[in-house]
Amino acid sequence: MKIQRLIAIAEVVLMLFGASLLLAQGKMLQVKGSDTMVNMVQILAEEFMAKNPKMPIAVLGGGSGTGITAIINGTTDVCNSSRDIKPKEMNQAWEKGVKPLKFAVAVDGLSIIVNEKNPLAQLTMTQVGAIYRGELKNWKGLGGADMKISLYGRQSNSGTYTFLQEHVLGNKPYSTDMKEMNGNAQIIEGVLADEAAIGYVGVGYVVDKTTGKAMKGLKVLNINKLEKDQAFSPMDKAAVDAGTYPIARPLLMITNGAPRGTAAAFIKWILSDEGQKIVEREGFYTVGGKYQAENAQNLK
Amino acid sequence: MTKRALRNIRESAIKAFFFTNGILAVIVLLGIFALLLSSAIPAFREIKLSEFLGQTLWDPTSPTGARYGILSMIVSTIYVTLAAMVMALPIGLGVAAYLSDVAHWRVREIVKPIVEVLAGIPSVVVGFLGIVLIGPLLAKLTGRTNGLNGLNGAILLAVMSLPTIISISEDSLNAVPNAYVEASLAMGATRWQTLARVKIPAALSGIIAAFMLGMGRAIGETMTVLMATGNARTFPHGLLESLRTMTSNIAIELGEVPYYTTHYYALFAIGLVLFLMTFLVNLVADIVLHKYQERES
Repeated sequence: MKIQRLIAIAEVVLMLFGASLLLAQGKMLQVKGSDTMVNMVQILAEEFMAKNPKMPIAVLGGGSGTGITAIINGTTDVCNSSRDIKPKEMNQAWEKGVKPLKFAVAVDGLSIIVNEKNPLAQLTMTQVGAIYRGELKNWKGLGGADMKISLYGRQSNSGTYTFLQEHVLGNKPYSTDMKEMNGNAQIIEGVLADEAAIGYVGVGYVVDKTTGKAMKGLKVLNINKLEKDQAFSPMDKAAVDAGTYPIARPLLMITNGAPRGTAAAFIKWILSDEGQKIVEREGFYTVGGKYQAENAQNLK
Repeated sequence: MTKRALRNIRESAIKAFFFTNGILAVIVLLGIFALLLSSAIPAFREIKLSEFLGQTLWDPTSPTGARYGILSMIVSTIYVTLAAMVMALPIGLGVAAYLSDVAHWRVREIVKPIVEVLAGIPSVVVGFLGIVLIGPLLAKLTGRTNGLNGLNGAILLAVMSLPTIISISEDSLNAVPNAYVEASLAMGATRWQTLARVKIPAALSGIIAAFMLGMGRAIGETMTVLMATGNARTFPHGLLESLRTMTSNIAIELGEVPYYTTHYYALFAIGLVLFLMTFLVNLVADIVLHKYQERES
């Protein structure tokens, strides 16, 4: 695991170095945004570039908010976002003559994770909301051990932060006791080390790619909308596809107007069977019928 | 043209070069201050100064209305810095006294450069130690489930400010005239009495200045505290809670904030408050150090 991470870091450094060299030539496609999507899109870009060496792509993270700001300010060609663009941002974009167009390139089951020592197996969305609003402070009240809940979350530029706030917290503020971590990987580190932890990350981050199960030391909670409903795991593909897993969401790529050149080729390739296979290999889910139609419309 | 005239031209050219360099530092400082001020002031078109400095809730992206209170962060910054200084002062002074008075000169020749190398360790590495070493250790010692809290940050900041404190304290202890020591020993004082009652009081202003410079370093440090303290926005009720300092908050949010919004200006306003705090500390250090140099000469 550690060595893999070191290799990953070395790769990123090399990529950045290579990217800066290519940027000097001024024809590289810039992709920026969501931390949840950054690893997946990075791998997609590598495979794409192996087939199309004349179409270089640079992928950067930073958070969905950062990506959306970048597409509005014109500092990136494609934005990765794990949340929808807000009406306020849409107005800002139109004011600057930017016409955001979105493509759902994958589906994520937003995963609520706890330490493996936590006896709980499921929570309702209402409970998750109450925990993150700071209304439920102890695991005891939920049937767990008598321990103060340690909240791990993302920073406000994160699409996941905003998505959870809108869909689970009922658009109310997060508890100020929440530790704000810089990315999905840091939340996982925190939850692995902390018996009383709860965290939220994209499903691609909890899956151990060699076994296809949840990463060792983590427990992925089953979630239901209401107490009476059956609870599902975000790792259950059928439940995410059918929409019975209540906090699934599309992962988006946003362009300014209809994509052209490298951007169009890259997005088309991601939406092809070949690209979607890689999406699935990285632990996320393929896009279904509703999004497919919308994508096809926007690609015209 | 005579040789002398040529030399005079060269002389004045060199003078002009050094004058420009000297002035450059002043210009850069004034430029930064002006930029900070001009980027901070627009924040107060929408935020009341009393809310900014007096309220504890910071939540600029809240769906129920943006809140811009930085009191929690100011208090967190002061907590962490003071705790770091409480730890660093006795250790720093002890090492300095050891190096100047007790250690064999050979030991000193080895230890002092090592202490100075400590100052060169990148803060991100120190922060990493906080996550993998100090954090789990603190969790065990305090019986909590995690160690991402103010104390963790304070310990790391203490380590980071030690080189400054040790180095300058030791210099000022060494600068105490030998006649003081000889006189004290001749009066029958022991070496400990000489150190504690003669040398340290004589070098006190230098030691205070060292302490202030170390503190300036600690207040402004960003990466280490960002990694070690957990960054919860809550008002800190103790060092064993996760907290967020002013520097961390700027580092976390400045990269993502849409330009020229109130949130953007507010982050610069935090920078301005921080600048004024470190400026005050450095000013006091400078005055004390100046006083000390005057007395020695």
